[in-house]
Amino acid sequence: MDVISIKAAVAKDNAAKITGSSNTHAKPKKIRNVFERAAEAIFFISASTAILSVAAISVYIFTQGAPAIFEIGIKDFLFGTTWMPSAEEFGIFPMIVASVCGTVGATVIGTVIGLFTAIFLAEIAPRWLASIVRPAVELLAGIPSVVYGFFGLVVIIPLIDRHLGGGGDSLLAVIIILAIMILPTIISISETSIRAVPLAYREGSLALGATHVQTIFKVVLPAARSGIMASIVLGVGRAIGETMAVILISGNTVQIPNALTDRVRTLTANIALEMPYASGLHSKALFATGVVLFVFIMTLNLILNVFINRKVGE
Amino acid sequence: MKRIAIEKLFIAVMALLLTAPMLSGCGDDQDLGNAATTEKTAAADDVKLSGSVIVAGSTSVQPLVQELADVFSEMEEDVEIDVQGGGSTAGIEAVISGVADIGTVSRELSNEEKAYGLALHLIAVDGIAVIVNPNNPVSDLAKDQIARIYKGEIKNWKEVGGPDMEILVVQREASSGTREAFEELIGLKKKEGDKTVSMVRSDALIADSNGVVQTQISTKKNAIGYMSLGMVDSTVKTLKIDGVEPSAGNIGNKTYSLWRPFLLLTKGELSPEAQAFIDFIKSEEGQKIVSRNYISYTAVQQ
Repeated sequence: MDVISIKAAVAKDNAAKITGSSNTHAKPKKIRNVFERAAEAIFFISASTAILSVAAISVYIFTQGAPAIFEIGIKDFLFGTTWMPSAEEFGIFPMIVASVCGTVGATVIGTVIGLFTAIFLAEIAPRWLASIVRPAVELLAGIPSVVYGFFGLVVIIPLIDRHLGGGGDSLLAVIIILAIMILPTIISISETSIRAVPLAYREGSLALGATHVQTIFKVVLPAARSGIMASIVLGVGRAIGETMAVILISGNTVQIPNALTDRVRTLTANIALEMPYASGLHSKALFATGVVLFVFIMTLNLILNVFINRKVGE
Repeated sequence: MKRIAIEKLFIAVMALLLTAPMLSGCGDDQDLGNAATTEKTAAADDVKLSGSVIVAGSTSVQPLVQELADVFSEMEEDVEIDVQGGGSTAGIEAVISGVADIGTVSRELSNEEKAYGLALHLIAVDGIAVIVNPNNPVSDLAKDQIARIYKGEIKNWKEVGGPDMEILVVQREASSGTREAFEELIGLKKKEGDKTVSMVRSDALIADSNGVVQTQISTKKNAIGYMSLGMVDSTVKTLKIDGVEPSAGNIGNKTYSLWRPFLLLTKGELSPEAQAFIDFIKSEEGQKIVSRNYISYTAVQQ
C-alpha cells in the first residue's frame, strides 16, 4: 500500500515535469485546457481505484467480521486459547502470539542485516561491488512467496530438525524465512534515505576528525532516521501479512509457542487454511480474524505516516 | 470556489463513466454464459457439443479429473472443462450454490450433505496410504496402533517396534476429504453433544495438501502421515495395515480397508456437455484412464 503511495509521489513528480514542459510550448489555450482536464481526470480515476478498493474491502470485512466478534465475545475471541471450529470454539490468542512473535523476530533479524547492507551499499562498497549486490537484493524482492516457502520446507526445516530437533516446522523457521523476505524492503528504502543525506554532513563530520565509521553511526544514520524507520515499518507490514510461505513452514498447529522450535499457526495462515470450506459462524470468525489483522496493519500504517511526513534531518 | 466545485463534479462523473462499463462488463459476461448454457440444454441431442463445464472440489480428485478432462477435450474440441480445487466440502458448496456444474468429493457424504438431494456418481476408488520416511524400519501397523498414535496415546516409535524416537504426527487441514475419510475409517471421531469432533492430538503438524504431506514425510525421519494412494511416489514408504499391503488388488478384494470413493456431485438437470463428460468418465475408455493410478469404480461394485 505504502510502496504504492511512494511510487505515486514519484509519478506525480514526473507528471509535474511533463505538464511543466508542455507549458513551454505555445499551444492554443483551449487545447491545453482540454489536455489538462483529461490528464487530471485520468489521475483522479487511478487514485479512486485504490481508494474504492480499500473502502470496499474494509466495509466488507468489518460487516462480515465485527458481528462475529460480539457473538463470540471480545474476550473469548481475542484471549481464548482454543480454536476448534467443529466445537464452535473460536479463540485466536495462540495465533495472535504466533503472528506477533514471528513478525518481531523477523523484524529484529531483518533490520540488523538489512540496515548494514544498506550502509554497505550506500557508504562503503566500491561501485562495481554495489552493482552486483543491488540487483541481487532486487531479485530477492521478485521471488514469489511460495518459492520462499518451498525453500524453507526442503532446506531450512530439515536443518532445524537435524540441529535442534522437534521436526523443524517451527516459529524459528517462520522467523528466518520472513527475515529474508523483508530484506529487500528494508535495504532499498534505507539505502535511498542514507543516500539522501547531504554530502556536507559527511564532509563536516570528517573535517572535524571523525572516522568513516564514526561518521556513519553518529551523523549519517541519525540524519536518515525517518527513512530507515519507514523501511522497518514497511518490513513489519510485509512480515505480518505473509501467508503462503508461512503455511508451508510453520506446521500450522494452533498452540501458544513455548520455544522457538514449537509449531505455530499465524493469523493469515488460519484464514487461508480454513476459508475454503468455512460456513456460518466459522466463516464469520475468519473474517473477524481478518479484522484483527486489519487493525494491526492500519496501526502500522498510521505509524508509518508519522515517519514519512517527517523530513530527513528533522 | 464554484468553478472548482464544477471541476470536481466533472472529474467524478468522468470517473464513474469510465469505471461503470468495466463493472457492468463482468455482469454481462456472466449473463451471456448462462443464456448460452440454457439454450443448449433446450437444443436437440444431435447438436454438436460446445460450451464449458466447471468442476470444483477435492484436491485428491483434481489430478484424475484433469487427466480425464484433457482426453475428453481432445475428443470434443468445443467443450472446455475447467477443473478447480478447494477441498471436498468446498466442492459440495459450489454445486449447491451453482458456481460449479460438477462437484468432486473424496469421501462419503454426511447425512446433512445427503439431505441436499444432490445426484452422486461414483467414478473411482482411491486408497489412503499411511506413509513414513523410507529410513523408518517400521513397515506394518495395526489399525488400532495407528488410531492410538494419532490420538497421542503412543508417542514413541519404540512402542510399535521401531527405534527410540518421538513420533511426529502429520495431519491434513479440516476441509480435506482425505482427512475426513481417514478419521472415519480409523475411528478418530467422537460425538461431543450434537457435534462430531476430531480426536487427533491437537499439536499435530498440519499440511495443506497431499504433496506437502509427502514432502514433509520424505524429509523427516520420525514422521507419520497419510495421503492419496494414487499420488504416492518412492520418496516415502507405505505401511502395511494389519499385514495387508495397500494396493489396487487388495482394495478390490476388500482386504485393505483404508479406501474412499471419488464422487462427482450434480444438482438438477445437467447441461449436455456435463452429462457427456460424466458418461465418458464412466465409460470403459474413461475407466482405463482411471485405472492407471486409481481403482475403477467397477472393482468395488457388487
